[in-house]
Amino acid sequence: MATRLQFENSCEVGVFSKLTNAYCLVAIGGSENFYSTFEAELIDAIPVVKTSIGGTRIIGRLCAGNKNGLLLPHTTTDQELQHLRNSLPDSVVVQRIDERLSALGNCVACNDHVALTHTDLDRETEEMIADVLGVEVFRQTIAGNILVGSYCALSNRGGLVHPHTSIEDLDELSTLLQVPLVAGTVNRGSEVIAAGLIVNDWTAFCGSDTTATELSVIESVFKLREAQPSAIVDEMRKSLIDSYV
Amino acid sequence: MAQEAGMFMVNQTIGSVLCCKCGILMQPNPANMCTKCLRSEVDITEGLQKHVVIVHCPECDTYLQPPRTWIKAQLESKELLTFCVKRLKNLNKVRLVHAEFIWTEPHSKRIKVKLTVQKEVLNRAILEQSYIVEYVVHEQMCESCTRVQANPDQWVAAVQLRQHVSHRRTFFYLEQLILKHNAAGRCIRIKQMDQGIDFFFSNRSHAVKFVEFLGKVAPVRYRNDKQLVSHDTKSNNYNYKHTFSVEICPICREDLICLPPKVAVSLGNLGPLVICTKISNNIALMDPFTLRHCFLDADQYWRTSFKSLLSSRQLVEYIVLDVEPVSSEVVVGGSRYVLADAQVARVSDFGKNDTIFSVRTHLGHLLSPGDNALGYDFYAANSNDIELDKYKGLVLPEVVLIKKSYEEKRQKKRGKPRAWKLRSLDMEVDNTAKGRDHEEKMNSEYEQFLRDLEENPELRFNISLYQNKEYQPSEMASVTDGEEVPSVPLDELLADLDLSDVEVEDDGMME
Repeated sequence: MATRLQFENSCEVGVFSKLTNAYCLVAIGGSENFYSTFEAELIDAIPVVKTSIGGTRIIGRLCAGNKNGLLLPHTTTDQELQHLRNSLPDSVVVQRIDERLSALGNCVACNDHVALTHTDLDRETEEMIADVLGVEVFRQTIAGNILVGSYCALSNRGGLVHPHTSIEDLDELSTLLQVPLVAGTVNRGSEVIAAGLIVNDWTAFCGSDTTATELSVIESVFKLREAQPSAIVDEMRKSLIDSYV
Repeated sequence: MAQEAGMFMVNQTIGSVLCCKCGILMQPNPANMCTKCLRSEVDITEGLQKHVVIVHCPECDTYLQPPRTWIKAQLESKELLTFCVKRLKNLNKVRLVHAEFIWTEPHSKRIKVKLTVQKEVLNRAILEQSYIVEYVVHEQMCESCTRVQANPDQWVAAVQLRQHVSHRRTFFYLEQLILKHNAAGRCIRIKQMDQGIDFFFSNRSHAVKFVEFLGKVAPVRYRNDKQLVSHDTKSNNYNYKHTFSVEICPICREDLICLPPKVAVSLGNLGPLVICTKISNNIALMDPFTLRHCFLDADQYWRTSFKSLLSSRQLVEYIVLDVEPVSSEVVVGGSRYVLADAQVARVSDFGKNDTIFSVRTHLGHLLSPGDNALGYDFYAANSNDIELDKYKGLVLPEVVLIKKSYEEKRQKKRGKPRAWKLRSLDMEVDNTAKGRDHEEKMNSEYEQFLRDLEENPELRFNISLYQNKEYQPSEMASVTDGEEVPSVPLDELLADLDLSDVEVEDDGMME
């Protein structure tokens, strides 16, 4: 299921949070609402960690990661690095990298197997991404935009990309990623997909401006309806209780 | 072009996305919303005026451009459209693409204009939309029309033009000059008066301009007076009626003048009997016995304003019996003269007695034996001029010939229309008191003026003659023998203008 939420009256929830199959990072906000929404949804499955990166709250745009690892920009302080290493599961490798393009979230889009990256990333960074995240790396653009991390949202089951992506590009990206892709929008027509949407294999969070149409596109491409680990049991239990009562 | 160069281009097929609001399949656009949803979401005409009140003056068919300009425009005209669009506020926030009138019944006092505007909405998407603005026309008379309605005689300045002579020849000529230069274009009323014309203006400066014009075409002097009509001391407003009294010198062309001794001496002992040959803003004087001539400007004249001894109404017709040139041809002020000795007899005496006058004349080039000539008859005249009495021992000639007469030849043409005509000023004439005599006199004077024009090319140099459409040249004219009556050559005439056209043209020049 996809959840609609806001971070301090902003619909760009992808800027202030990072969601993978193994952990979830949330910015330290003025109120607890944002955090508690995540916690309510995810606490059974994965840890939800409040953090800042380099003293800022735009953590979703600064870091890149999947269930294998987390890459942090060079602006990250030692304290933050230590906090993340302590909070995340031991299986997740947390690594700070020296990359000139420090908004890693904008430059890297990845699921657990494949990463699309900005075309100008360093070779060392590319190797680091492959090592830490355990993925194949492809330098790509999406609909002519080099900030691949901003204009697409990927999971292991599907992906949503910039609405102007041509059929040929969709075909190519889909071949690389080995998941179905669809061109679409979030937040009532916004094309900055990753800013308005964070997604993992069984859940998604999007900005509160997102319309029902967009939500249905998101749910169908990421296969969120049948994806819930406990969905079937929950459904069964509900119906059982219904019939019992 | 890229394809022509053999460059490989990756084929890009534009995909389709779902409209974020209604979910229909559509091509992606900057707002990622289908047109219908975008329309429902944003109204770019919001905040633009849809109802506007405009003020219209029904009298002069003008529209008020605030604060106080009145613009003349026809219904459905380009000017009106410009005016209507300019009246809309906030139109600078959108881009105007198209504007057109939607027809409305004129009596409905509504004007409808359909506007098409463009504006950038939501992420650089440009939306185009048309809407209709309804203008309610409020009728309200403009200031000048109100004034005219309240009191049509609302003049501020009057120019009283006068010449104290017994004929109106000068004013016929002046009328043509005024028409040619459109000097009285801003006149609100022109009234024919005894011995002159009154011009009324709505503005003092218009009157001043007109007086200046008169000073350039005639030897005039003027004085101006003003009368306080109303005043408001608190705001220092004073309303005056200005009157300019303009007097034209009473000397006319062809007048015989006896110069006062002082003037004669200052002009180098000219005369003292001289003829006025030409009047513009100067007066040209010539001694017919010596062909000496001089020019007086208005200042010089008014310093010692003398009167004419005999004027053109007192001309008597003579028959020329013999002419003997004395001098060769002399050019004076652009016209040719030959001094000659002539023997003449009065037409009235002809066949009754043998009175023959032997005179010296300046018309030697024109006259030949058998011709008729007009001249002043001193032999019979009983002059009591003060200036003449000042000259002791001045021997007066018996006759002073002034011009050749074409009266006999003209008899044949009487009653036929001329090939040309003149425009006339729209003058108010008050004939009630004077009766038919006066009217007849005016007509004969006007006829005399027209003949003068025909005979004298110098005179018609400054004025516009128009072709007379009613005139048909007769076959008779081509077979006339001998000397012809002078007439205006056809190539001098201007094509006749429709009077209505002229009005429009004048209006245009005023604005």
